Amino acid sequence: MSVSEQELRQVAELVRLAFSEDELRVLVGEFNRILQFVAKLNAVDTTGVPPTVQGVKVKNRFRPDQVRPSLPRTEALKNAVAVKDGSFVVPQIME
Amino acid sequence: MNFEAVIGLEVHAELSTKTKIFCACSTKFGAEANTQTCPVCLGLPGTLPVLNEKVVEYCLRAGLALNCQITDWSKLDRKNYFYPDLPKAYQISQSDLPLCRDGSLSLASGKPIRITRIHIEEDAGKLIHSTEGEGYSLVDYNRAGVPLIEIVTAPDLATPEEAVEFLEKLRRILIYLGISDCKMEEGSLRCDANISLKPAGTKQLGTKTELKNINSFKALGRALAYEIERQSELLAEEKTVKQETRKWEEAKQRTLSMRSKEEAQDYRYFPDPDLVPIELDPDYVAEIAAALPELPEEKKHRFIEDYHLPEYDAELITGSKYLADFFEAVLKHYCNPKAASNFIMGELLRLMGEEGLDPEDLKVNPAHLGDLLQRIDEGEISITQGKKIFERVFRTGASPEEIIQAEGLRQISDQTQLLIVVNKVIQDYPQSVRDYLGGKEKAAGFLIGQIMRETKGQANPQVIKGLLIEELEKMRQE
Repeated sequence: MSVSEQELRQVAELVRLAFSEDELRVLVGEFNRILQFVAKLNAVDTTGVPPTVQGVKVKNRFRPDQVRPSLPRTEALKNAVAVKDGSFVVPQIME
Repeated sequence: MNFEAVIGLEVHAELSTKTKIFCACSTKFGAEANTQTCPVCLGLPGTLPVLNEKVVEYCLRAGLALNCQITDWSKLDRKNYFYPDLPKAYQISQSDLPLCRDGSLSLASGKPIRITRIHIEEDAGKLIHSTEGEGYSLVDYNRAGVPLIEIVTAPDLATPEEAVEFLEKLRRILIYLGISDCKMEEGSLRCDANISLKPAGTKQLGTKTELKNINSFKALGRALAYEIERQSELLAEEKTVKQETRKWEEAKQRTLSMRSKEEAQDYRYFPDPDLVPIELDPDYVAEIAAALPELPEEKKHRFIEDYHLPEYDAELITGSKYLADFFEAVLKHYCNPKAASNFIMGELLRLMGEEGLDPEDLKVNPAHLGDLLQRIDEGEISITQGKKIFERVFRTGASPEEIIQAEGLRQISDQTQLLIVVNKVIQDYPQSVRDYLGGKEKAAGFLIGQIMRETKGQANPQVIKGLLIEELEKMRQE
């Protein structure tokens, strides 16, 4: 398995990261080395082994449906770049 | 060429839990912006989500009521995308292992509509768009993390009418289950529709469009009808339908392209490492199944069986859980179900229609209606008076007794008292009396009318009719 420059460009676009063409070329090489490294796992025979989705052997952790106080609004908005009418201000979203 | 529509729905219902899906913030609707948030639902670093047990229970209730298979080993996944209403830049949802799968819900015609899946996920925050040109939007995260179930149907619906009927039936069931209040106007029930056309009688599927921003049952029907027309015209001219998301514009009654699916999002789903798998104990699932409340269809049949209501009445009254509960509460105080149903369908629904009131907002005490119907049956008040009194009960919440006292509306059945009025009217209208005695029996009706006028409508019509005829016949013999 390997990735192409084009695939990497798409992923970068999806996660909103901007790379120069030079950076992309370097990244493709690095990505493919990581993939080759992980590909070694393919040598393991996994016949009959169920897929894993979690690293810890814990299941069914639930919370009772009981309300606890929320943050005061001033606290909630403390890290916002800009605030207006008790809300977070973000660049205009075009529909 | 004739085309057939192929329609599937994606329905989101906000669950009526007290707290959010992964944190203990309140879900109450209508709070001031950003007053129901915490580090978890704001997506602050270092926080860990913990699943609300009620969310699993409510989703299972929906799945069991809709004949689904329950996934005994399930998990939560991250759906990644950037949008300011999503503070973590991913939504916690379920991809390949939804809690419920392969269910169905039948239309009145008996046609089954397959339900592909029901999964749990978190809602996003609310974006408030500023007016054009100001260059910013506002975000309120109160809704971020409110639990949702998403119900996806197979493309089994063939007309806008079927789609609307399905959504109405589904809404009714979710309300009966007590898991969502399903208010489309408050956004607690949302529906997207996928629609494509195919030449009539063939199996080959056409290109579909996805319709969003459907805010009412009416809008669902209209948006689908519009889209059928739009796609038919394109196909008739041998043009292609573009696979895209289209927005229903209520004001202009049309759909408009939002974004083309060509630049398709890649959500890069993967299991959320912050949350552990859900393994359902069959005993727990059986417990929830056993505790399911009576559903609309069952209630309808019970009303027909136990109360001998005609199917029409039973369908109408069980159409709303609140109305059905109200009806049964009336019957705790009054024992003629058909008379109660007639009054509810006639007077109550008429008044509710005039006021634009939903059944859940009714203020009438069912005991008051039972009492009123009892008084009508006993002849204490006439049916016409009963309707008048009910209007006051409906608007003021006062008891019939209070209104009867205050307005002096009690029906007069006292014979001695009424005989005086009967004789007065006989003296006042000699011509009508002569007409009656001359064989024109209709003249009696006029005289009864005059007696009712004299008594301001309070006379018991049965009693005065008897008295009048008796008096007139006496005169004939003299």
